[in-house]
Amino acid sequence: MLSIILILFTSFFFTGIILRTKSITSGRKGPGILQPVSDVKRLFRKGSVYSETTSIIFRIAPVIGFSSVLMACLVVPFGSYKGIVSFDGDFIFFAYILALGKFFSIISAMDTGSSFEGMGASREALYSMFAEPAFFILIGSFALLTGKTSFYEIFSSLHLGSSITYMLGGMAAFVLIMIAMIENSRMPVDDPKTHLELTMIHEVMILDNSGFDLGLILTAGYLKFAMYGAIIADFFIGGLSLVWAVPLFLFIQFLFAVMVGLIESFMARFRMNHNPQFILALSSVSFLIFLGVLLVLEKFV
Amino acid sequence: MALINIILIILLSAVIAILSANTTGKGIITLSAVIVIGFISSFVAIQALTGTSYEVTFTGTVIFGKVPVSIDALSAWFILLINFTLITGALYGFNYMKRYAERRSEITLHCIAFLFVQFSLLGICSVQNGFVFLLLWELMAISNFILVIFNHNKPDNIKAGINYIVQSHISIVFIMLGFIYVAFKTGNYNFEAIADFSGHQSTLAGTVLFLCFFIGFAIKAGFVPFHTWLPYAHPAAPSHVSGIMSGVVIKIGIYGILRMLLLIKTDYTTIGYIILFVSVFTGIYGVMLATVQHDLKRLLAYHSIENIGIIGMGIGIGCIGLGSANKWMAILGFSGAMLHTLNHSLFKSLLFFSAGNILQAAQTVNIERLGGIIKKMPKTSILFLISAIAICGLPPLNGFISEFLIFGGIYNWLYSASLLSLMAIIFSLVGLVLIGGLAMLCFTKAFSIVFLGNPRSVMADEVIETGFWQLFPMYLTASLMILIALFPALFLNVLQGPVNLYINPVDFNLNFIEVASVKSLQIINRLFAVFILFVLGVVALRKILSRNKIISSAPTWGCGYGAADSKLQYTANSFVRSYSKLAKPVLDIEKTDIVVDEVFPGVKHYGTDPYDKIERIFIDKPVKLLNRITELFLFLQNGQLQRYILYGIIFITAVICLPLIAEKILTILKFLNNL
Repeated sequence: MLSIILILFTSFFFTGIILRTKSITSGRKGPGILQPVSDVKRLFRKGSVYSETTSIIFRIAPVIGFSSVLMACLVVPFGSYKGIVSFDGDFIFFAYILALGKFFSIISAMDTGSSFEGMGASREALYSMFAEPAFFILIGSFALLTGKTSFYEIFSSLHLGSSITYMLGGMAAFVLIMIAMIENSRMPVDDPKTHLELTMIHEVMILDNSGFDLGLILTAGYLKFAMYGAIIADFFIGGLSLVWAVPLFLFIQFLFAVMVGLIESFMARFRMNHNPQFILALSSVSFLIFLGVLLVLEKFV
Repeated sequence: MALINIILIILLSAVIAILSANTTGKGIITLSAVIVIGFISSFVAIQALTGTSYEVTFTGTVIFGKVPVSIDALSAWFILLINFTLITGALYGFNYMKRYAERRSEITLHCIAFLFVQFSLLGICSVQNGFVFLLLWELMAISNFILVIFNHNKPDNIKAGINYIVQSHISIVFIMLGFIYVAFKTGNYNFEAIADFSGHQSTLAGTVLFLCFFIGFAIKAGFVPFHTWLPYAHPAAPSHVSGIMSGVVIKIGIYGILRMLLLIKTDYTTIGYIILFVSVFTGIYGVMLATVQHDLKRLLAYHSIENIGIIGMGIGIGCIGLGSANKWMAILGFSGAMLHTLNHSLFKSLLFFSAGNILQAAQTVNIERLGGIIKKMPKTSILFLISAIAICGLPPLNGFISEFLIFGGIYNWLYSASLLSLMAIIFSLVGLVLIGGLAMLCFTKAFSIVFLGNPRSVMADEVIETGFWQLFPMYLTASLMILIALFPALFLNVLQGPVNLYINPVDFNLNFIEVASVKSLQIINRLFAVFILFVLGVVALRKILSRNKIISSAPTWGCGYGAADSKLQYTANSFVRSYSKLAKPVLDIEKTDIVVDEVFPGVKHYGTDPYDKIERIFIDKPVKLLNRITELFLFLQNGQLQRYILYGIIFITAVICLPLIAEKILTILKFLNNL
């Protein structure tokens, strides 16, 4: 229960903090931290325009995308406190329900018959496919380390052994940040602020969405960020008591948001054809974590 | 005993009735015979699943000897899933074939072959004698061949059919080799003999015997590299036949593998690793090729290969679980494999039936020429979408359930793992995830290019929705899929019987609910319901919030360009272009490049044609070599009838004389020896 409240809470500020960081580093005054929330609120009150080419798929896709992120949030725990539900293999459910949302966002982009949106959809499908193995190897390694197979059990028994797990946690955080950047279509892979349709991935897919639907898609994006932030935080707050865990959680989320802002300020987007290599490299980092776990468990003897 | 006789009588009287009826009558007779035989055999199967297995011994003839027939839980599971797809297939085919009503004699043959396919499939599942098994296997291969080449006026279809029947016979050779080897050693063709024999042999002999059977069954099931017949046969066949072939006929290969695992007592770990490795390779290779196909039915055929890979992974994991005495792993592996067999037979037949609807409406299944069909054929489109989501293994549909069980098996394996098996775990984990990701790429492509956007050709623009009775069997299949997704516990309970056969010693108190992953499924179930509630809630919220708002429609945003037409849309080829560039080393895509050298270029064509690299290496090269050798004897075939008669005479004389001459030589040798 705690986790979903905290995720919802942080999602209010997350994108605002990213924008604020970006404006500070570029020397602008920039919008307030709650600006993204007011954007969504305004969108929710608007009417919408639907393309004549589109079908039912286009109308249902944002709803399914949003609901899938919400469902994924349900299984994310808070350190040693369960999420709404926790069961063996919940991370499989987590990854697959997010994939369902992506499936619909891809076909909804294709539904418009626009070549720009097709381009974005094709890229999104490819990149998310490459990002999946990294996530599964990562969680698999920690399942091997702890002997548990659910998010909650993994995180609550992660730091009972040695402090070397914090190092593995650090590497895991790196992989998860990158996965979050890919899933949220952020900087090294995709540039949300680009002005040319040909260079967009996610933004170009939602060109035709408007009003309530666009608001839903944006909200799902905010939630997704906070959700990945929560998983990253979970790697560190496992054994702590609530008094320490909540501030640390918020701090990590804050740090994550600032980091995203900094990456976006100081890095250029990769060339499109370099993206798959980059994403595949993530799988090898995950594999390194796996080897690290093998070292810890002394399997190499 | 009586039941088998009843089935035989129904079959024979149906065949006789088909011969004399008119075209509609033939269809009705076939349909009702399939349904009646289906219900009788399902009745026996259900009894077997609830504990009373059916066992009789046929007195047989001089040739076969006694033929034991028995239906245990494993047979029963396969009989049930075969019957379901055959009945829906027959229902669909009945309406689908109405277009060909004027082709009377072909329809007669088609109907009879259909009945024989059902009979042989059911027979294969229940007979316990190698000799009769092979006969039925042959009957199935031939009747399937007749079904495939229904549209024989296209030379490509005949070619595909011949390709199928040749490879089927290679499969028979391997299976026969296995049976004959055992019969040679024990003098008995019955299945018990295999169990007895392998129990007293070294593990190496057992493994070799199993591999012999495995190769034979793998050709039927479509494991890479034995898959090359499949992408030709499925598109060539009429759509209901494709659905049946992909849904159940290739599954009979899986049944064979599972049956042999029960019979052959050997080192399960080694076998498990072999099956797992082949399966992961099969899965990835199948989906990699599926992604670049332009022909919808061919694309689906490659997806069958992929799903056979997933099923094989479950079997492999189950075997390794057996070998390492990891009970939960074995249970999860086998139940995942068997449930996925059912699941795949459902969504794949549904996909093929949808493809059939499109083929009849638009006269083409080349996805580059389709588009925008969802507006004209909404029901077919939604059915296709449901099965596409299911085949990608996405929640909340049945594909997710079986893949979840297989994932559970892999994660269960983690605890008892050595360094080597850890590598295998990572390999299979990455394999399964990549298969899922690629399937998603492929089906987003297939669905969106075929059904969404604007029509890419006139044919796609003029389609009309299929009639209710042709859609009816598709609704049946879709509802069973949703039933599995919502109540997996029901089906897992049924699966306890067949899975229990593998657990050694048989654990009668085995309750699937104890398995952690199965417990999780109960929760996931409820989460599905929550998910649907969420979706409905958000839709309602949108309704409420946009009550007084202006909802208008306008053309798609064209980046300022207003005259965008359907030709500007993304095509299937461009959708997977970045993928196919990455996968270039594995794929074999022929491009016909265009060179523009005139000042005013005319109409130019550019095309890509994906080809199977493994086929090039394993099939085309040996065939070319064989051709070169046989060409040396070309002079024998010179078209003169007299010569051919001469060959016949020479042959007959040789057959008669050779033994006599051999005898003479032997007596001479004996005589010399005596000297």
